[in-house]
Amino acid sequence: MAQVLPQMLTANRLVDGDVLYWRNGDWVLALAEGEVFADPKAADAALAAAQKSVMTNKVVNPYLFDVKTDAKGIHPAKEREIIRAAGPTVRDDLGKQSVGLGDKPAPRVKAERVVKTKDEDVSI
Amino acid sequence: MPLIKGGSFVADPFVLIADEAPLPDVGGAIVSLTRFRKDRDTLMARNAPIGVRLKSDESPEQLGDDVHRLSVVVIEFPAFRDGRGFSWARMLRTRLNFTGEVRATGAFLYDQIAYLVRTGFDAFEVPDGFPLAEFNRALAEMSAVYQPSADGKKTIRDLRSGK
Amino acid sequence: MYRYDEFDAKFVAERVAQFRGQVQRRLSGELNEDQFKPLRLMNGLYLQLHAYMLRIAVPYGTLSARQLRMLAHIARKYDRGYGHFTTRQNIQFNWPKLVDVPDILADLASVEMHAIQTSGNCIRNVTADHFAGAAADEIEDPRPIAEIIRQWSSLHPEFVFLPRKFKIAVSGSAHDRAALKFHDMAVEIVKNAIGEVGYRVLVGGGMGRTPYIGYVVGEFVAKQDILAFLESVMRVYNQSGRRDNIYKARIKILANALGPEEMKNQVMREFTEIRARGTLQVPDEELARIDAYFAPPEFEELPDDMPAGDKDFQNWIKTNVHKHRAPGYAIATISLKPIGGVPGDASDAQMDALADLMDTFAITEIRVSHEQNLVLPHVRKRDLPAIFARLSELGLATPNAGLITDIIACPGLDYCDLANARSIPIAQDIAKRFADLDRQHDIGELKIKISGCINACGHHHAGHIGILGVDKKGVEYYQLQLGGSGAEDASIGDIMGPGFGEHEIGPAVERVVKAYLMLRQDGERFLDTYRRVGMEPFKNMAYLDQLYAAH
Repeated sequence: MAQVLPQMLTANRLVDGDVLYWRNGDWVLALAEGEVFADPKAADAALAAAQKSVMTNKVVNPYLFDVKTDAKGIHPAKEREIIRAAGPTVRDDLGKQSVGLGDKPAPRVKAERVVKTKDEDVSI
Repeated sequence: MPLIKGGSFVADPFVLIADEAPLPDVGGAIVSLTRFRKDRDTLMARNAPIGVRLKSDESPEQLGDDVHRLSVVVIEFPAFRDGRGFSWARMLRTRLNFTGEVRATGAFLYDQIAYLVRTGFDAFEVPDGFPLAEFNRALAEMSAVYQPSADGKKTIRDLRSGK
Repeated sequence: MYRYDEFDAKFVAERVAQFRGQVQRRLSGELNEDQFKPLRLMNGLYLQLHAYMLRIAVPYGTLSARQLRMLAHIARKYDRGYGHFTTRQNIQFNWPKLVDVPDILADLASVEMHAIQTSGNCIRNVTADHFAGAAADEIEDPRPIAEIIRQWSSLHPEFVFLPRKFKIAVSGSAHDRAALKFHDMAVEIVKNAIGEVGYRVLVGGGMGRTPYIGYVVGEFVAKQDILAFLESVMRVYNQSGRRDNIYKARIKILANALGPEEMKNQVMREFTEIRARGTLQVPDEELARIDAYFAPPEFEELPDDMPAGDKDFQNWIKTNVHKHRAPGYAIATISLKPIGGVPGDASDAQMDALADLMDTFAITEIRVSHEQNLVLPHVRKRDLPAIFARLSELGLATPNAGLITDIIACPGLDYCDLANARSIPIAQDIAKRFADLDRQHDIGELKIKISGCINACGHHHAGHIGILGVDKKGVEYYQLQLGGSGAEDASIGDIMGPGFGEHEIGPAVERVVKAYLMLRQDGERFLDTYRRVGMEPFKNMAYLDQLYAAH
């Protein structure tokens, strides 16, 4: 049976577009402070509860995403959410990472096959 | 559904008749294109106003010459994104020279009202509780237009040359 | 360049007020997000990965110094001190707040700018040759007709809810610098057999999931008929374009399904009718009136010699300075591709400094190219050394226009909600690998274009080397395409094969370039060699590591 990963809940704040994470009925800026749902039912319940923030025009587009846990803490499973939590990888002076909200991002998911290239002349 | 025409709410003299429902003897009736094709002669023989309701993928040209015997053509907007109705209304007015009522129904946005009016719609089915002030405001927000359309409104180019 | 009159000014002012009202209604909850989203898109406001993103229209890529200063001001006041110039000649800001956008639009309106129709299923920014009005090989400046098209398409009531977005490009030269054949519709200025100037209209080009090269739908359209003709194409598209599948909704799909003959029939039917009605005719007075706005500056009588300079200056001239129609003048490309930098980005300080530079040297316009660089169209040759010196101080003098490090990259997964992979770091890596200028010159013209997803905003299908980022089970992979071209010899790049990982793609590109250097014959660019020998040798070289792995 496929492993079900824990989840977190995120959305964007309506007035300024900031990325937010659900924690216990409210929203926080830092992923590291967000609530992790080990149980899919709890995750779904949170998503349903988050609709109130939509109806009161506080956030838009709440959705659940997968996270992994390791010795260093909680990290998104997907590249997209890692970047979303921290900021653009090409400008560490921008986004949450620049104001200490991003947490140092986990090592990015790398391609599995490591290629050793040989730099020599080969006729084609 | 509330109907806006001429800038205010009006009573709807038409009833939408389902495809399987019997035609009433009297009163304005609107039928689908399918029904119109099937029962055309009966419909035309009625001594009462008749209208056809077109889906967004049904061109008014499918009505043929009969279009001029219709009092109203209703054009559906199944989703606000489906903008074919704007072309159909424009076609009714400027190619087919239809002078009856062109009515918009469905999921159009308040902010599309100005475009609906420009392309030739003159009647609008709106949700219950829709405030008339919204309708009139939608029409007033952009006072000038760059391009001609079915409403014949003067364009900015006309205004520039003092027409 | 075009100047707003009272009507244009009122139009944008009312548009700002309208959007301000829409934002208020959204914040109060009178509008929900589903209702608001199409409205904000029609004013260029996206919700992206980190924040909102505002795309501001730069019609046919032309800006004045005053407008450039305002963009710097907006970057400073409302954003994070920089902007990104796009492959459609627009500028994007990545961090505006929704509540500030009405004020941003008001500031833009004060300098005759807006964000109207830079998103949404409508006619988008009309782009044009970035050398317009200056190129030596031009038949006519494409911008007057681009301006006429812009006005006609602005809030066109029939065409604001098309099946999908619609992009128009205009070119005034046989040498296509506007990528006409990859646009939904394109207008090429041509001369007929008796020397009259008119328009060849193409339709059905596009990038994305299913790239197409456009075909001719109107061989010679008279100037006064052009709007009637374009409206005819739009009407056929609005009525018959597919609406059942977002990936099949562009006009390229319809154009391909109908074929040129049937498409022409349908267009001609509309055209005959619209033309007869007369309301869309463009009278000669109107053409002349708009032409006058784009009259070139008074060119002085100047000697045509290129001033001397040091090696750095010489290198810059080699690639970044281009022939101008007037003796004593030149066109200068300002590269926004510093080695290791973010392609297409400029800081507020750089924008302000460029505006000052324009004033100092009496250059009244600056252009945005669809290759994410800036262009000074009318530069006195004698001013080039001083301009180069100033650009060097600003970090804007990278001598790489058209070379391998002049890479086009979409914002990608670093910024974009739609992306599958990051594109900017790949561009940075490749640029660093090829940083040596002598090596770049040896390689010659080689256009690398990188897209972070199939939407192809990086125009990878038109890259001599195209790179497409994909998501393979949560990991970023990069597919190579070779042999694309966005010029008049338009071609769609061929997909090489399986993708490369983030750390493999740079070495793969090196091996592809190596193959070119080994195979090329006299004077061949990469593109020419590829077209002569085909994919096989490049593919073998690129996947070389697999040969080793297998053995």
